[in-house]
Amino acid sequence: MANVVFKVGDDVSTDIIYPGRFMATVLPTETPQYAFIDYPEFNAKIKKNEFPKGSIIVAGKNFGCGSSREQAASCLKGPDFVVIARNFSRIFLQNAINLGLKMVICPTIDANEGDELEITADQVVNKTSGKSFPLIPMPKARQVIIDAGGLIPFTRKLVIEAKGKR
Amino acid sequence: MGMTMVEKILAKATGQSAVKAGDVLEPRVDLAMSHENGALVINQFNEIYKDTGIEAKVWDPARIAIIFDHRVPAESSKTAGNQKKIRDFVAKQGIAKFHDIRGDGGGICHQILPEFGYVRPGYVVVGTDSHTTSHGALGSFSFGIGATEMAAVWALGKVLNVEVPGTIKVVCEGKFKRHVAPKDLILHLIGKLTAEGANFKVIEFHGPAIESMPTSGRLVICNMTVEAGATSGIVPPDAETKRYLQEEAGVNEHLDIFGPDADAVYDQVITINVSKLQPQIACPHTVDNVKPIKAVLGTKLNQIVIGSCTNGRLDDLAIAAKILKGKKVVKGVRMLIFPASTRIYLQALKKGYVATFMEAGAVVMNSGCGPCLGVHQGALADGDVALATTNRNFKGRMGNPNAEVYLCSPAVAAASAITGVITDPRKKGE
Repeated sequence: MANVVFKVGDDVSTDIIYPGRFMATVLPTETPQYAFIDYPEFNAKIKKNEFPKGSIIVAGKNFGCGSSREQAASCLKGPDFVVIARNFSRIFLQNAINLGLKMVICPTIDANEGDELEITADQVVNKTSGKSFPLIPMPKARQVIIDAGGLIPFTRKLVIEAKGKR
Repeated sequence: MGMTMVEKILAKATGQSAVKAGDVLEPRVDLAMSHENGALVINQFNEIYKDTGIEAKVWDPARIAIIFDHRVPAESSKTAGNQKKIRDFVAKQGIAKFHDIRGDGGGICHQILPEFGYVRPGYVVVGTDSHTTSHGALGSFSFGIGATEMAAVWALGKVLNVEVPGTIKVVCEGKFKRHVAPKDLILHLIGKLTAEGANFKVIEFHGPAIESMPTSGRLVICNMTVEAGATSGIVPPDAETKRYLQEEAGVNEHLDIFGPDADAVYDQVITINVSKLQPQIACPHTVDNVKPIKAVLGTKLNQIVIGSCTNGRLDDLAIAAKILKGKKVVKGVRMLIFPASTRIYLQALKKGYVATFMEAGAVVMNSGCGPCLGVHQGALADGDVALATTNRNFKGRMGNPNAEVYLCSPAVAAASAITGVITDPRKKGE
């Protein structure tokens, strides 16, 4: 169970999540300070570590559209947000999986800031409104990367296996 | 069952006779491109090998391209540090397709790759840049990935878990009217599809208006397919592809030219008659907020930009020079021009375009991404309105969330520079 701490609409681009002017900062440990920086109130709370792990961002359609910049996923991974969106843009979705950012695809999600949500295997339950919304599970090919803890440990295993075969 | 262009390419890249949309594959990579975000790729690449006792060596240094373009010359010591880290890595790993900050052989990655013949029909190309879709213009399956995904490609030489995308076929009929360009076609299509209309899909272009379009125009339309969410755009390679690669990119090797099967299965077919198109404008703050120019005529402007991986090529500069010749950029408006590569810059110098631009009052900058992504050069003030031939107008894109960016073709940008308001080139200029 966790609370919605931020709500955004459709087509939120990577320029809103992580503006291009901060792209010289690349390390996942350093990117969270610029997350949603053009929303100063939310950004200030991120910087002060005000949100418990697993706090929820609710978004509309096409979350993370635009640039391939991975900072847009790593800046949300740092504070351990969970992003629930009606759907995600392809590159953002893949980056989030690769970095281990938790995402839920929930095409009908309806929740407001402050609402308390429970995410189960097949639905998102809004405890505040009493309504529940079915979620779309990740395809198997993507789930294996999530289960491995992200693409780096997944690839490391493949590299070690390949070495063993030679 | 027949296969689309991308299905055929992926079948080849995985050694299978047939694949279909929805299959999950691990295609080998023919070319892997990065720019300054290569610094993050290096970081993630080293992470993969950490504590394994295995030496971190890229799978094939000949198939990796790194081009500095996003922040050239470096705007900060931090960027300079990232660039230095990449330079050291390139030397250590023996990466040959490296384009540093130079007046010869420099430029934007999506111009350098075609210009140097690095992309071939049938290739699988990945790039840590969303506009990697551009290279579908040469008949490759070319798509953007993140830095960690690229680190895995550098290690393995393949992309893991690629779901074969469905394809939207776009048939372009008719002939472009004067001062209507490929940019207007792609803006119109993005408006029609919306920003997510092609998410997880490929857009395959067909029809007489594509067959008669030079590669420079095909690069424009494929470049911006990502703005409709597409994984990639692709033009089936033809005689023009061959001409471009042989005559302009100096490629001598055999080219594997093939098209989709006649009975390929498409998710959707869209027909557009380009003869009926008028200049299109993408209005703030989404690229799919597209209107015909008459809806926004007279909008007051503070800055005009011609350039970027979308519209900074020689024919873009030629049309702008034709319109600006003997004219002046109106006082109070800043006009910035960024040739997409140093080769194009030199050609524009020799043809007198650069002199025309400077005499008109435009500032001609060095080749690179410039103000398009709002890192350095040409940032906007609060309340500023910009008109640009670039590819994105998201809030904050040109360095300021309190400014507005409109997107257009080079002809519209040039005509508007003379008046200071959004102007239809079919009426003014020349």
